[in-house]
Amino acid sequence: MVVRRSPFAIAMPAPNLLPPEKVPAPRGNFAVGVLALQGSFWEHEVMLRKIGVAVREVRRPADLDGLAGLIIPGGESTTIGKLAVDFGLLEPLRTFGRTHAIWGTCAGAIFLSKDARREQPLLGLMEITVERNAFGRQVASFEVDIPVPALKTVAPDDERPFHAVFIRAPLIETVTPPAEVLARLEDGRIVAARQGHLLATAFHPELTADTRFHRYFLHLAGWGTDR
Amino acid sequence: MEAQTGSYKVKVGLAQMLKGGVIMDVVTPEQAKIAEDAGAVAVMALERVPADIRKQGGVARMSDPELILKIMDAVSIPVMAKVRIGHFVEAQILEALGVDYIDESEVLTPADEEHHIDKHNFKVPFVCGARNLGEALRRIAEGAAMIRTKGEAGTGDVVEAVRHARAVLGEIRRLQTMAEEELYTYAKEIGAPLDLVREVKELGRLPVVNFAAGGIATPADAALMMQLGMDGIFVGSGIFKSEDPPKRAAAIVKAVTHYNDPAILAEVSKGLGEPMRGQQAADLPAEARLAGRGW
Repeated sequence: MVVRRSPFAIAMPAPNLLPPEKVPAPRGNFAVGVLALQGSFWEHEVMLRKIGVAVREVRRPADLDGLAGLIIPGGESTTIGKLAVDFGLLEPLRTFGRTHAIWGTCAGAIFLSKDARREQPLLGLMEITVERNAFGRQVASFEVDIPVPALKTVAPDDERPFHAVFIRAPLIETVTPPAEVLARLEDGRIVAARQGHLLATAFHPELTADTRFHRYFLHLAGWGTDR
Repeated sequence: MEAQTGSYKVKVGLAQMLKGGVIMDVVTPEQAKIAEDAGAVAVMALERVPADIRKQGGVARMSDPELILKIMDAVSIPVMAKVRIGHFVEAQILEALGVDYIDESEVLTPADEEHHIDKHNFKVPFVCGARNLGEALRRIAEGAAMIRTKGEAGTGDVVEAVRHARAVLGEIRRLQTMAEEELYTYAKEIGAPLDLVREVKELGRLPVVNFAAGGIATPADAALMMQLGMDGIFVGSGIFKSEDPPKRAAAIVKAVTHYNDPAILAEVSKGLGEPMRGQQAADLPAEARLAGRGW
């Protein structure tokens, strides 16, 4: 919780909106990428560097070389898809995802899916279908605590639910094996899924201070086993 | 925990998802579709682009809700719309329509010459223009979840956007070198709440997303604003007042992603046709300048 120094304090810093000089320098050889075509890529970088992992922004196919995994951030899925097509990233990303961890948040989850019920470029790597803007327009965007049992893998003693921020969010409509459900809303609707080393969340862990989801992704990318 | 809508976090959060993107002014559903296909992250639904508001004069007001709804139906990306400064009922109407972001804009004729809208009262987030740090922080204090430079809308001349970006970013850099005891007088001088001044000093940036707007007409203009340190770009008249809007729109989108790569900027700048003709901002008489509106 932010400490309010003045009774007139109103604004709260948007998490992870920090200039480069305020972000810790990375350590080690293990590096993951963040697809930096558009959206909340900087917020993901801040989270990863807080954990102590080297990060590279990926804008062109050659940027993927040597990375252990990739995060596709939130943003507009139509914009990210179009730029990925224009800069020849679709096939390189599909190839990368067959052997490396990829995590898509919101727009990134849409991009990983095989069907978004709409004509737009998708990677089609995960056996999930999504519905875009499933909760409605921005006035329906919300935040809520949800249980995510899988996070126990990286935080065995942490009993807290995960604070999930949904912004014009998609829903994961269907999850077909080998994909599996990771998290649901209270009413049962699916908001996170995993398929081997691929991860999709309809919400934005990069807008919180909780690093568990990022550590879970790093676990899928093999972090910790190489040290 | 109950699900919470309309929180400050989800308001700022949507702007965070728009970062590194281009928001385009559109006046018809067809233009909105062109913008979406070109890779826009959002569209601003208007009856007239700023260049025409300038030319035609008269009172500029919120657009017809019917037009805004048609544009909302035409695209899957967020739709923004403008209200007059201080006109909170226009804002209530846009919120009722389900618009995704409201621009309390100096481009429209102000409805209140002393007060802006109390934006905390709304579930829909607001973006406001600013020429300097004090103005930006006053808008944030009123509840704005996103800031943009004012620039000089409808001119196609980037000089005022550069001036405003340099003012805000330069003042933040100076603020970071100030001693704690200097902040009280500084806050008074720039007319901003002390706690927000402190927060900006600590963060080293505005606590919300900060876009460039007002006069951007080419991919190079867009990349210039990004290299100066802006989080994304609004293009108003610059696209649909140019010779080949789809091509120019797509080029500006690419320029914002690859703003640091001159080879790609050179490639996307080729053969775009005539840009909007434009008008030097320096030639405008004081009463024709829009950036002075807002208090």
